Amino acid sequence: MTVASAFGSRPVLVGYLPAGYPSVPGAIDAIKAMVDAGVDIVEIGLPYSDPVIDGPVIQAASQAALDRGVRTSDLIHTVEAVAATGVPTLVMTYWNPVLRYGVDRFATDLANAGGAGLITPDLIPDEAADWLAVADKHNLDKVFLVSPSSTDARIASTVAVCRGFVYATSVMGVTGARAQTSNAAPTLVSRVRQVTDLPVGVGLGVSNGEQAAEVASFADAVIVGSALVRCLLDAEDEAAGVRALVALTEDLAAGVRG
Amino acid sequence: MTTTEGPDTRGYFGVYGGRFVPEALIAALDELDVEYRKALSDKEFVGELERMGRDYAGLPSLLYEARRLSEKAGARILLKREDLNHTGAHKVRNVLGQALLTKRMGKRRVIAETGAGQHGVATATAAAYLDLECTVYMGEEDTRRQALNVARMRMLGAEVVSVKSGSRTLKDAMNEAFRDWVASVDYTHYVVGSVGGPHPFPAMVRDFVRGIGVEARAQSLELLDRLPDAVCACVGGGSNALGIFHAFIPDADVRLFGFEAGGDGVETGRHAAAITAGGAGVLHGARTYLLQDEDGQTIESHSISAGLDYPAVGPEHAWLSDTGRATYEPVTDAEAMQAFRLLCRTEGIIPAIESAHGLAGALRIAPRLATELGREPIVLVNLSGRGDKDMETAAKWFGLLEEKS
Ligand SMILES: Cc1ncc(COP(=O)(O)O)c(C=O)c1O
Repeated sequence: MTVASAFGSRPVLVGYLPAGYPSVPGAIDAIKAMVDAGVDIVEIGLPYSDPVIDGPVIQAASQAALDRGVRTSDLIHTVEAVAATGVPTLVMTYWNPVLRYGVDRFATDLANAGGAGLITPDLIPDEAADWLAVADKHNLDKVFLVSPSSTDARIASTVAVCRGFVYATSVMGVTGARAQTSNAAPTLVSRVRQVTDLPVGVGLGVSNGEQAAEVASFADAVIVGSALVRCLLDAEDEAAGVRALVALTEDLAAGVRG
Repeated sequence: MTTTEGPDTRGYFGVYGGRFVPEALIAALDELDVEYRKALSDKEFVGELERMGRDYAGLPSLLYEARRLSEKAGARILLKREDLNHTGAHKVRNVLGQALLTKRMGKRRVIAETGAGQHGVATATAAAYLDLECTVYMGEEDTRRQALNVARMRMLGAEVVSVKSGSRTLKDAMNEAFRDWVASVDYTHYVVGSVGGPHPFPAMVRDFVRGIGVEARAQSLELLDRLPDAVCACVGGGSNALGIFHAFIPDADVRLFGFEAGGDGVETGRHAAAITAGGAGVLHGARTYLLQDEDGQTIESHSISAGLDYPAVGPEHAWLSDTGRATYEPVTDAEAMQAFRLLCRTEGIIPAIESAHGLAGALRIAPRLATELGREPIVLVNLSGRGDKDMETAAKWFGLLEEKS
């Protein structure tokens, strides 16, 4: 299922969790609970040893997954289980694991698992020729990032190869919940809107329903990661983690839906 | 592209290099690319950098013929004495260049990552000298191994951040520095410590350190009336190696040898030999050789030398290796420490353990070259740094400290 199907008359909620945390089946259960609680699009992280754009929360969960031996094949399996629920399922991945797996093989396996496509935080379109070619072959979404520091020319050339939505990183900084969402975001979103009809998602920093509503007032998708991951990370046990996750997702979903 | 050219406009040396970083950094990298090349063609900038090198850092460094060592080696060994530079290593060339560039770009703060602490000390030094704020990221494991360098950086006014993520070593410090940079790029320049990272860092750092080879080449001609048969250096990220290699790349008769950290031996898996035993992939912003598992996760490196304890190598080295212009071999901890002691005992020079890897490699290839050339070979070795920082490690290795009762 491509992500386009999720966009309609209202803003959508995109929820991120890493594969393999707290365990491979535990992550699948958590993501499914998050879907039931109201996320419209799922973003599954592939744990990676050197996550340069992730903050401490996502890094801690990813490292724990790696320490328990999570593999790229587990990610594919997780995508398959989640996509079977019918929710559009994207993978967020750093580039080296894809390279190592084989770009074409990765795309093939992802497509066969029912995955929608990739968000690639350390792969800019300039370096993405191989990925663009196989993504098109397999009808996969390509979500690239734009930033407040991006020039108009770069925003234009980046959105030109995006498919699904455009990921606007709302602050200059790494992932992590913030007390306040940034004022750079509305400006960036309107700059993107000038050059594309694709939906624009805003990520980095949203942690509650109120902030989600604020972002939903100017963006098409509200992307939440660290705050959701923290529910699992801080919980006493898995069941409590999922309960916290469901409560937060419901709050965020209500915020997005206004 | 020939090996003397490069990188291309996208920062590629052959298939290595590029920019695998978040979009948020692209504007800063573009600015840096334009500004550093403008600076290098600006007489005033180059003049000021030369003045700082000469009056402050003690450049050009000496080219020294190690006679007693040569007798043992069966080769004429020339040492490029980067250990005599201010702050004790080749690193000062790179940081003075980048710090001056930071000023020129109107930024007020520098950040750096450091393993051994050598690059951190050099950056803190340049920051103090040029009145810049300075934050240095260092893996927690390294802050323990190199406590004295942490104190030096703090003495110089830098903030040292101990990084507790991942393997708590250099690669994690580099991740953390990138994170800082993404958030502070408006007023901060990231002084990358070696010829790695996203374009234009590999080219820029090389351009700032290539004076090592330019000087050594001219000094060889002066001293010997000819060029050496081989040039040797250790390879961590690869800056001292590329620094001394680069001016010799067009000299087809001069062989270039890079020596990677073989740790306990490449066959044990405990090493830092990215070219010898790694594969092509992407780490820290560039496509290059790195140590990785089947899933593309970075494998932790191991070396007795904190400065070589890094799982990747600069992309230009990957290219020089693939094209065969330079040869890369691993040197074990034990071999390096043997060379370390030999240099101490024959010449009264205590080298950095990093540099001892280059020296050990030179001693290894000397008989090979002699056979091949049918005469005593002339081997130039980059003595990239001095060993003060490594005395505790060396004293432990050789059992020179009194047992505490
Ligand atoms: C004296 C010395 N030599 C060599 C290195 C390794 O770095 P590179 O390979 O970039 O020269 C270091 C790094 O800390 C160093 O301090």
